[in-house]
Amino acid sequence: MTEALLEVKDLKTYFHTENGVVPSVDGVSFSIKKGETIAVVGESGSGKSVTSLSIMGLVGSPGKIVDGKILFEGKDLTTISNRDMRKLRGNEIAMIFQEPLTSLNPLFTVGNQISESIKLHQKASKEEAKVKSIEMLRKVGIPRPEKVYSSYPHMLSGGMRQRVMIAMALSCNPKLLIADEPTTALDVTIQAQILQLMRNLIHENDTSIMLITHDLGVVAEMVDTVIVMYAGQVVEYTDVYTIFKEPKHPYTKGLLDSTPKIHELKDELQSIEGTVPAPGTITKGCRFQTRCPLATSKCFSEEPELKEIRPNHQVRCWLHEEGEVAI
Amino acid sequence: MVQKLEQVETQTKKEEYLLEVKGLKKYFDVTEGLFKKERQYLRAVDNIDFFVRQGETLGIVGESGCGKSTTGNLIMQLLDKTEGEIIFEGVDLSKLKGEALRKKRAEIQMIFQDPFSSLNPRMRVFDIIAEPLKTHGVAKGKELENQVYELMDVVGLDRSYARRYPHEFSGGQRQRIGIARAIALKPKLIICDEPVSALDVSIQSQILNLMSKLQKEFQLTYIFIAHGLPAVKHISDRVAVMYLGKIVEITTKEKLFDQPLHPYTEGLLAAVPIPDPTLRDQKHRIIIEGDMPSPANPPSGCRFHTRCPYAQDKCRSEEPSLIEEKPDHFVACHFPLEKGHGVLIEK
Repeated sequence: MTEALLEVKDLKTYFHTENGVVPSVDGVSFSIKKGETIAVVGESGSGKSVTSLSIMGLVGSPGKIVDGKILFEGKDLTTISNRDMRKLRGNEIAMIFQEPLTSLNPLFTVGNQISESIKLHQKASKEEAKVKSIEMLRKVGIPRPEKVYSSYPHMLSGGMRQRVMIAMALSCNPKLLIADEPTTALDVTIQAQILQLMRNLIHENDTSIMLITHDLGVVAEMVDTVIVMYAGQVVEYTDVYTIFKEPKHPYTKGLLDSTPKIHELKDELQSIEGTVPAPGTITKGCRFQTRCPLATSKCFSEEPELKEIRPNHQVRCWLHEEGEVAI
Repeated sequence: MVQKLEQVETQTKKEEYLLEVKGLKKYFDVTEGLFKKERQYLRAVDNIDFFVRQGETLGIVGESGCGKSTTGNLIMQLLDKTEGEIIFEGVDLSKLKGEALRKKRAEIQMIFQDPFSSLNPRMRVFDIIAEPLKTHGVAKGKELENQVYELMDVVGLDRSYARRYPHEFSGGQRQRIGIARAIALKPKLIICDEPVSALDVSIQSQILNLMSKLQKEFQLTYIFIAHGLPAVKHISDRVAVMYLGKIVEITTKEKLFDQPLHPYTEGLLAAVPIPDPTLRDQKHRIIIEGDMPSPANPPSGCRFHTRCPYAQDKCRSEEPSLIEEKPDHFVACHFPLEKGHGVLIEK
């Protein structure tokens, strides 16, 4: 087994609001190997985005990492100085966001923004940075990169902007790329182009990718390993084939059953009743209790642990307490 | 005499559609500057024809800027058309005025994408659902109250929520409020503009199932406008694919998803990720290159030719019209695909 590039151990990120403490991420552990693509799935409010922001060191007030470790190549990111974090961020760990228009600065040209990080992290001169930037733009499939280099973000289409974001994120050959819903705002043909681009990059550079998404189609096509999050916790964690074939957590199964199957003529949709509870509202027992069709009295009184039911398959559910059962 | 007889025959043979759209156009004036002699138009919807049968769901799919929402707004009479006819139950809606239009309008309702901005934040749930009943004078007093509570039951909202405001609800529940309001007047046709795109998957399926249930219960006809193909496939009987203001293909769901005739449809289907990792490598990958051109300046000939992998000279110069290539399968392409790749996988 190759060594983990990133290891998150019992991460807790809480938001201290006027109405009390909100545990958005509550004891999350996982690891990403070199070259591995991992998906974090879950509905809004499951804590997936806060997890990624915690890794990037971008959780702002009133949020705070209150416990846990984030080990990147052995270094704990929760304890290093801001100065060291700045050196890592954008250089070894890069991030792309859902809405490229709000993550690009409207007042600077595309070229200016890409070359900035190259100059900063690679100590390149202005000229070298420009050459490298144009090369990156070409690499992500932008036609006429010289022209786009001197364009402003508003002059580009959504797909082009997302390509610019990717070019920027990859300009320093990061070891880990965190992509938070990178294709959600895009049309489906553009989404296919961006996913293809990301696939190529994985092959070429052996970059590890942490993909945050709610689209199980994208998960099925792109990733090796899946983490399912619910109300701030990991509820299931295994490889992509097992998740789709033999989900063991009722929530995972519910998600799969409520996804329309485009490749099947007759697709019945099951739905999970109710909605994700606000973080911190369920204090006793399993957090999925209110929506779970299989809940027993134990689920309302005791909280299950994330348990390995077989090698590389972890589930947080009382059903499998005495060995694995089919659901 | 003989001729007359024939005419009568064709008329009776012709199916009665609930809604028929003929040669519909909507051009937006986008001329810049005051004194330009030549006007510039953005052709959001450019000469489309289709019909909707009683009780069915017609899906309209396409990427942003294809004119699908404009089409919905035109049918709803929220926008004035530039040209064409919108015939609802045999009557051209644009010829109606005053009271007659108001009455007809009650029979067509709409469900919007964003349940946050389509509900008045200062009105309580009860008043939102009661409003159409009041304005059309359907019920008042105790009767009104009963009807509103019944509607809340039907869409799965707890009666105790009646005094609450929209901001107290989640996206899915807000969409239920919007649906209750839409079915309050017992309409015949509901135009659903991206009703589930803003919702999480588990909520999406709740709403889709609710819509199917209501359709059976109240014999509703839906026009389901969306960019997400999985949801459209799930709910529709027939599907129209739009590209840059034109309908490029329209047929039954089975035919469209199994053997598309238009290269754009084929590419669109290939672009949708399939939620089954074992099919990763079997999938037919055609990636449509480039971006959609601007509808203010559409390409000559077939509008898809700039991105079409099979484009030929004829496609660049001559515009194809929508023809019935196979029974109940219409396509606008000079060279319809003989073996188009669909997404359905036999199991």
